[in-house]
Formats: sequence, C-alpha cells, structure tokens
Amino acid sequence: MNKLQNDIKGQSRKGETQKLDKKTRNGVLLRLSKYILQHKFLFAIAIILTLVSNQLALMGPQYSGDAIDAMASTGNVDFQAVWQNVVRMLACYIFSAVLSYVMAVLMIHISQKIVYTMRRELFEKLTNLPIGYFDTHPAGDMISRISYDIDTVNTSLSTDLVQVLTSIYTVVGSLVFMWQISKPLIIVFVITVPISVIMTQYRSKKVRPLFHKRSSELGELNGYAEEMLSGGRTISAYGMEEEISSRFGKRNKQAMDADYTAEYYGALLGPSVGLVNNLSLSLIMILGGIMYMFSSSGAVQEASLFFISLGGVAKFVQYSRKFAGPINEFAQIMNEFQSAFSAAERVFRILDENPEPADSPDALPLNEVNGEVELKDITFSYNKGRTILKGIDIHAEQGKTIAIVGPTGAGKTTIINLLMRFYEPDSGEITVDGTEIHDLKRSDLRRAYTMVLQDTWLFGGTIYENIAYGREDATMEEVREAARAAKMESYIEHLPNGYDTVISDDGVNISKGQRQLITIARAMLMNEKTHMLILDEATSNVDSRTEILIQEAMKKLMSGKTSFVIAHRLSTIRNADMILVLQNGEITECGTHDELMEKGGFYATLYNSQFV
Amino acid sequence: MKLILRYLKPIWSSVVIAMTIKSVGTIAELALPYILSYVLGSVVVHENVSEIVFWGGLMVVCSVFACTLNVIANRRSELITRTAVEKLRQDLFEKTIRLSAAQTDKFTIASLESRITTDTYNIRHFLGTMQRMGIRQPIMLIGGVIITLAMDAHLAIVMIAMVPIVFAVVCFISMRGVPLYTKVQHSVDGMTRVVREDVSGIRVIKALSKETYEQNRYDVTNKALVKDEKKANITMGLVNPIMTLSMNLGIVVVVVLAAYRIQGGTSAPETVIAFMQYFTLISNALMGVTRLFVMFTKAEASSKRVDEILFCEEDLEVSDKSEHPDIETDKHIVFKNVSFSYEGKKNNLENINFEIERGGTLGIIGATGSGKSTIIKLLMRFYDVTDGAIYIDGKDIRTIPKDELYKLFGSAMQNDFLYADTIEENIRFGRNLSHEEIVEAARIAQADGFISAKKDGYESVLAVKGANLSGGQKQRVLISRAVATKPDILILDDSSSALDYKTDANLRKALAENIHDSTVITVAQRVSSVKNCDRILVLDEGEIIGYGTHDELMESCTEYREISESQMGGGFVE
Repeated sequence: MNKLQNDIKGQSRKGETQKLDKKTRNGVLLRLSKYILQHKFLFAIAIILTLVSNQLALMGPQYSGDAIDAMASTGNVDFQAVWQNVVRMLACYIFSAVLSYVMAVLMIHISQKIVYTMRRELFEKLTNLPIGYFDTHPAGDMISRISYDIDTVNTSLSTDLVQVLTSIYTVVGSLVFMWQISKPLIIVFVITVPISVIMTQYRSKKVRPLFHKRSSELGELNGYAEEMLSGGRTISAYGMEEEISSRFGKRNKQAMDADYTAEYYGALLGPSVGLVNNLSLSLIMILGGIMYMFSSSGAVQEASLFFISLGGVAKFVQYSRKFAGPINEFAQIMNEFQSAFSAAERVFRILDENPEPADSPDALPLNEVNGEVELKDITFSYNKGRTILKGIDIHAEQGKTIAIVGPTGAGKTTIINLLMRFYEPDSGEITVDGTEIHDLKRSDLRRAYTMVLQDTWLFGGTIYENIAYGREDATMEEVREAARAAKMESYIEHLPNGYDTVISDDGVNISKGQRQLITIARAMLMNEKTHMLILDEATSNVDSRTEILIQEAMKKLMSGKTSFVIAHRLSTIRNADMILVLQNGEITECGTHDELMEKGGFYATLYNSQFV
Repeated sequence: MKLILRYLKPIWSSVVIAMTIKSVGTIAELALPYILSYVLGSVVVHENVSEIVFWGGLMVVCSVFACTLNVIANRRSELITRTAVEKLRQDLFEKTIRLSAAQTDKFTIASLESRITTDTYNIRHFLGTMQRMGIRQPIMLIGGVIITLAMDAHLAIVMIAMVPIVFAVVCFISMRGVPLYTKVQHSVDGMTRVVREDVSGIRVIKALSKETYEQNRYDVTNKALVKDEKKANITMGLVNPIMTLSMNLGIVVVVVLAAYRIQGGTSAPETVIAFMQYFTLISNALMGVTRLFVMFTKAEASSKRVDEILFCEEDLEVSDKSEHPDIETDKHIVFKNVSFSYEGKKNNLENINFEIERGGTLGIIGATGSGKSTIIKLLMRFYDVTDGAIYIDGKDIRTIPKDELYKLFGSAMQNDFLYADTIEENIRFGRNLSHEEIVEAARIAQADGFISAKKDGYESVLAVKGANLSGGQKQRVLISRAVATKPDILILDDSSSALDYKTDANLRKALAENIHDSTVITVAQRVSSVKNCDRILVLDEGEIIGYGTHDELMESCTEYREISESQMGGGFVE
C-alpha cells in the first residue's frame, strides 16, 4: 500500500527527483537533523528501543537452535533444557514485538511533530513572501511542496530511518551469531553477497531510470487526460471525440510501453532475491551437511573449528535468511533517502526565499488618512530590461476619482500593484498625504485602501465569513446590509442555508457575476474605515442590468474617497474627475471625458467605437 | 473483479501459460527445504560426501530453475497486464469523452479524471501483483501445509491453527485502517485547499493584512491532518508486530511439541529443522496473501468506479422520426415552446419560441443566470429539452445523428478550451484545415495581428489552458477556431467580453463581410455586440421579455432600453 502511494506521488511529481550534489546534500542533512534534534530525547529512546527489540528478535533463533540440540534422539530429550530455552524464546519474541510497536508509535509521534512544524513554517513563509514570488511561481508547485514533498520527508523519517538502523543491526548481528556458530560456513556468503551487490547495481543503473521514465510518462498521460476532460464540451461540440481518443491512445500506448519496459527488466529483481536466498541455503546444506556428517561420526572433535551440531545447522540457516534480507532492501532504502533529500531541499528552498522586507523600525503608523495620493516620476519593470512604466506622474486629490484606460498590457494593473506596495518602483516616489509610502507601516497602508479586483477571490468558508473577511467584528446586520447594497440579499436568502452556505472550490452553485458581487459586498462592509478605493475591473463579470441595480451602492462606495478605477466599459468611467490614457507604460492623454473627446485622440476613438 | 476478468478473457490462453510456468517455478522452490531435511536426516548417515554434494547440486539446480521460470512468468504476466490495462484505459477514456454534459455534471470532471488516472493505476497495480504473488503465495501456503502434514501431521496442525487467527487479526486491522486512510486523504485535501486558495488570493490577503488570520486557518487543517494521520498510522502499525509475534509463538509451540514427539520416537530432530524452514516460508506466504487481500479490496473499489462509467447508459440517443417528426418550415433554426430544467425542479427556461432565417443573425442578451447560455447548450444538444422541440432545417435535433449535428456548428464559448499545443493546432483542433485557412480565420477573428507579432508566429506553443495569453487574446483564438470551417451555424457565446470596444467592432465587421452564409447566434452582455443583429432576444429569469430589432426593442422593451442607456450613455460614476 505504501509503495503504491509512493508510486502515485512519483507520478505527480513526474519523477523529477534529481541527484543532489554532495555539498547541498550535507546541508540538507544538517537542517533535517536540526528538526530531529528538537525531539532528541524521544528520538534517543526510539533508537534504544529499536536496538533492544532487534537484539531480542535475533536471540530467538539462538534459543530455538539450543532447544533442538537438547532433543538428541528418541528417549534422550533434555526437557529441562528444552523448557528453559522455550521460556527464553517466548520472552524474547513477546518483548521484541511490544518494544517494536512502542518504538513505531514513538516514531510516528516524532515524525508527525516534525512534519507539523515544517508545514507550519512553510505556510507562514508563503504568506510572508512578496507578491512577485506568486506571480512568477506556479501554484501547483507550491502545493506539491507543502503536501507531497513534506510527505516524502515524513515517510522517510518515520520508516526509513528506523529501517536503516534495524537493517544495519540485523546484518551485523546475524553475522556475529553465524560467526559464533560456525566460522567456515561464513564462506558461503563470499559467493552469494557479490551476487546481491551485482543485482543492486543492476537495479540502480538499469532499472531505476526505466521506472523514472515510467513515472514521467504516466504523469504526462494523466496531464493529457486532465486537459482533455476539462475541454470535454468543446470536443463534442466540434465532434472531435474520435480524433482526441486516438491521440490519447498514442500517449496511452507510449505510457504502457514505458511501463512494460520497466517491469520487463524489473521482473528480474524479485526472483533474484529468492535465488540468492536459495543458493545460500543450498551451499549451507552442502558445506554444513558435510561438516555435520563428520561431526556426528566423531571424525571432527567438538573443539574443532569445523564441528557443527544439527541445531547449529538449523540456527545458521535461520540467521542466513535474516542476513540476506536487509542487504537486498538496503539499495531500496537508499533510493528513498535520495528522494527524501531532494524533497527536503525543495522545501528548504522556499524557506530560504527573501520575505517582504520588514518595515523599518521608525515606520510611521497611518491613522487618519485624508487620501491625497501622488505618484512622482515612477519607473518600473518586472524584469530588468523590459520597462513597464516610464516616468508616470499622477496627482490624485482627496476624494477625486481617477480613471485609467488603455489597451491590455499597457500597465494599468501595475500602477495598482505599486500603490498597494505589492511591488516597489525602480525609481520615483509615491506619497499618501505627503508621506513617502516607504516610511509607512505596510499593513496600515494596505488597510487604508478598499479594493475590488477583477479576479474575484472567495475562500472555502461560508458566505457570511467571505463578506465579513475584511472586518471580523462585523455584525450579522452589517453583513446583511452590505449584501443588500450589492444586490445579493435575495439570492443569498433563497439558498437553503442562507448566509451559512459554504462556498465550494469549483463554485458550482455560484456564478462568476455572483462571486464578484460578494467581493463587492465585502468592500462595502469595509467602506467606512477607508478613504481610498481601488476598482480594477470591479464589475466586469456583472451583467449590465445588475450593474445598474448596484449603481447606488457603488456611488456610496466611492463617495468622499480617492478612487482609482480601471474599466473596459467606458460608460463606467466617463464621469471621472480625471481620465488617464496609458499606452506602452506612458500617460499619453489626460483630462476629463469632455476634454478628451474634444481632443479627438485615442480615448475619443475608443469611446466612439462602442457605437459602431 | 468482474471487470478484470472481462479484460483478461481475450488473452485467456496467455494467462493460463503464465500461471502454469509460475506454478512449476514455485513448486521447484518448495522442494528445497524438503531436500534439506532429507539430506540431514537420511543422507548424512551414509557418510558419503559425494552424495551430499549431489543433493546440494540438485538444490542449486532447483534454485536456478525456479528463478528462471519466475522471471519468464513475471515477464509474460507483465505483457498480459499491459495488454489488458491499455485496453481498459482506452475504453474508459473513449467512453468518458462521449458522456453527455448532464452525465459529466453528475460525475464531476475531477472524479472522472481520477477514474482514468488513479483507479486504472490501482487496477494495473493489483493485476501485476496478483499475477506475481497471487499464484506463488497460495501455492507456497497450501504446498507448505501439505508437505508439513506429510512430514509430521501433529506439528503441522499447530501451524495450520495459526493461519486463520493471523489472517483474521490482520484483516480486521486492515479493514479498520482503510477508512482511516480515506479520512487522511480527506484531511490532505482540506489542507491543500487552504494553500491553493491563499496562493490564488494572496493579493486580497495582503491588501487586508490577513496573514495571521490565514495562518490560523491553515493551522486548523494542519492539526486535523496530523491527528488523522497519527491515528491511521498507529492503527496500521499494529499489523507487523502482531503478525511476527503470532508466527513466532507458533514456532515456540512447535518446539515444545517436537520435544515430546522426539522423546516418544514419533519424530526426529532433522524433521523439526526442515519444519521450521517451512514455517518461515508459510508465514511469509501468509503475510503475502493478507496483503493481497487488502490490495484486492482497494482494486475492487476502483473497478466498481470504472465500471460505473463503462456501463453508464448512452444518454441523448438519436430518436426515430416517428417519435419526433419533422416540420414544414423554410427557417434554418426554430425553437418551439422550449422549456428546460437542469435539475428537474424549477424551469431554467420557460416556453422559448423563436426562428432564424438561413444566414440570419440572432443576438441574445440578459442578466447573469437568465438562461442565455442554456439556449446554446440546448441548440447544440448538450442537454435535451424538457418540453417543446428544436428544429434545424425542419428536422428535430433529436433525430439528427451526433456527428452530423456537431458538424453544423462552429462555436466559441465563455471560458472555452485551449490546450498545450501550438496556436495553429489550437485553431485547427484536429480538423483537416490548411495553413492558409487558419491564417484566414485568424484574420477574421482579429487574431492574426498578435499571433504574427509573436516570435514563433502560429507555431508559438500555448501553456495549459492558454495561460500565456491575455483574456482578449484567448477569446480571439477561440473565435478563429469557430470560424475556420465557415460553419453552417456560428455561435459566439460571450466570446468577445474581454475585447475592447474597438477590436470588438472590427471583429463584427470582419464577420459580417467574410462569413455571410453562416447563421450567427451571438450571446453578449454588451448591447453594442448585438445591436446590429437581425433579431435580438432579451431574456430574464428564463423567459423572453423582448424579441425584435434594436430599434423595436428600444421602443418596446424597458429592460433593453435600460441596459443600452447604461452602456452607451450616462454612466453611474459621478
């Protein structure tokens, strides 16, 4: 079951565990051990329990061999010795089982604590990263780090670590026991161990890359299926089922080819483990048989190096099985460590990202805001070399409405990003009420704005929680009022659970327009506290009729506030106090609607085109 | 299980051959401990070294023989698995892609997806393991039991008594474990959901300085996950110690019993040694069978999910003309008394009637949720009407074979489907179209400009869902796709909402000039997008509240006038 989970995980990460160089690996190891050392006391107990439990398990065959030795032949059974050894066996096995369970529970506790801490740290880090990080990294990647990668580390910590200790102990322990039973018989392993080593190398050199390929092919197939299913309606609208199925068929065949090739070569591994075990058994039988023959006939003295009893042969065979097992598993575990290290490294890489710079110690709080905003000679680029904004000057007087229009990609939203300090300008300065925004507390600055964006963001909570998100102290009555103003009240109250309706991920029960209305209600609720407003395509998903209905509310939202409005629908901005036309990062026209229409420039063309 | 058998049936003979090879190999392996006890018991007393070496050599031969046969059998099994699973997955995909919209809604896309990926993978994994272990372990178990019975029936009974106990205990724990792991999976979903949400809403979170609030929200899910995972792991952690302990206790009992039997002369020490060998073999086999059992329940759940799709009844079948007769009309498209409900409760469309001439244009306008897109979905027969009928060229669409029906349409919808391939391929969409036809389509859709400006032009590769294009660019590529074949009926469902007015106007002009033979239906929120249509339909809550030309509606329909005025003239920003 575990292997299956790992396989699936492997697929989703498309088998991208790459080998780390030695220096990074040591660094990762050091950091991982710091997490473990936080629980060093429990960890030490776990190790001791592991060792004791294994020692006990190793001693079992010793006693059973002794017991058999005490049964020489018919009528000559030494019952006292048999019972003595039986009691010892019982004690060993019972304690060993109990201890190994206690140890397992302990390790689960430790690893879960570590995983909890890692996830918390990672998430806190994420919320403190600058917006730029989220704009340049895919969400899926962050999610896979916080779930799959941390889980891989978890599996490795809770099982592999113990497994390695157990394996080493078992290998060494069995060897010691076998050495005590009969030194000459050890020779058998001179033949079988090299076979194991060769198989291990075969596995890592030949088979592992094939399994990697299988994972990535399967990952691609899954991706393709996902993509095509999401377009199912379009595919049938164009009658392309046949074509798409045959494309899927090609990829399916490719994935199954890789799967088959991997399994074809991998098929050697399982039986070869059996072969090594069986060869050991055969060789022990030949050598041990001959030695036992001479020992029982008296040709070899009991003190001799070559003496062996029947019980001795029995014990030796049992230990040889214990000895071979871990050697075969070892390579497997090393691989798992390898992927755990790469996973940990991916997690640490986010932890090492630079957070949003802290406010300077003398940052000013922003309490009473009047809302006079000024941008002076702002230049900005997301990537060096490609300037988005060049020498932007905007002066927004208190309570005025500034509309920004321009073609897609002109830099409209970038201005909003700078106002909110999501990004820092390359040069120039932005002031609020005459204070450089650098010198203000970031959270105060941001909370001074009310913002409604085109991308409506709702989280998986109730409608009430989503509306009250900006003001946790809001009463039910206030939330209702905001919903009423946003024309959402009758819709919400007709839902079976009203304001307690949980908004689901895919939002089946709620349309895009309604989502936007909820975010508008959220903004309405924050209304009184702020003096600045940002509307970035705030009503783009709301149909025109509803837009008319929420006019009043929008007016109220904007009254007395310094507002920045971006909209495609020119009717929504023609009454702005100042309209800025932004083209290629520069302000090319500026004035009221009438002034710009008179001028007959870009704005006038744009405005008139809607009547064509 | 039925599903798996169904797919194994065509390759039944290969399955039998592989199983036979596997059985022979396994029996060869079983012979080893038997030889061991025979040598130690009967051969050693002959005091003949070469005899021991001979038997030892036989063991080596058996080992190699068993290994070889196992490898051959495993490889044959893999071929069987591969053939069966490839076919299964293909059938599943083909069936899934042909499910009706109503069926897709019912299953949800996420669930369909996991059936194609995770569930077929579970089945594949089970099929592989079943063939590798499913023959070997039971033979080991049963063969071991038989041999030990033959060697010493009394000792064997002790061991056989252990089998059902261990099996029952392990199954009991595992059965309890499965729902626990399901719960863990649920918690993982909850935890990642918060991350997913917050990553997408980071602007809002930062704008409202809600970082701490979100950290606390995450902490709740993190803690829940830790709690569930701990519980599941601690429960399942019991399996191994209990299994090992039970088998070891069996050994203890065997040793005690053996002592009395040797004393009484009914058994011999070397038998006990061989016996212990078998004991290990049998207990390993037992663990294997138990694991198979757990895996089986999981695969069984998966096959059920897959079968649900494979046996899903064909929806939206083509009906006979006697059931839905043709009508006499010279109109291209006719909606006659159409009503429709998604869930069978409240009607989403109520008594819709309209007609469009061949080559004519219809605009549909109305509030969010008024049923605009539903009309399109019914026309394209994603769903069947609840009442009334839709006719194309006088034929009820329920009597037109799917392939024929879909060939009539070119459509660009809101949030339509773009995929990771070149722009050219996204426009071509698998159809037989020349490069020239594609460029022509892009020119009409006002997309040629931005596509040609790209470094690789039409060969530029799109990201998944076309994420590397802006909203307006995406819509233009989709329109290119829709117009590329100059379809009989062109449907533009809110497909130009992200275009600025100027581009939208140019698009409309180009459409009018270039594809005058097509009947065009435009769904829009902007009056300017529909005002030049022959007829405009105004919808409100599933009912027609206005139908006519722009000028007629400006006269007669208050709602239409309101919308128009709000968009064309006095805005609300003061």
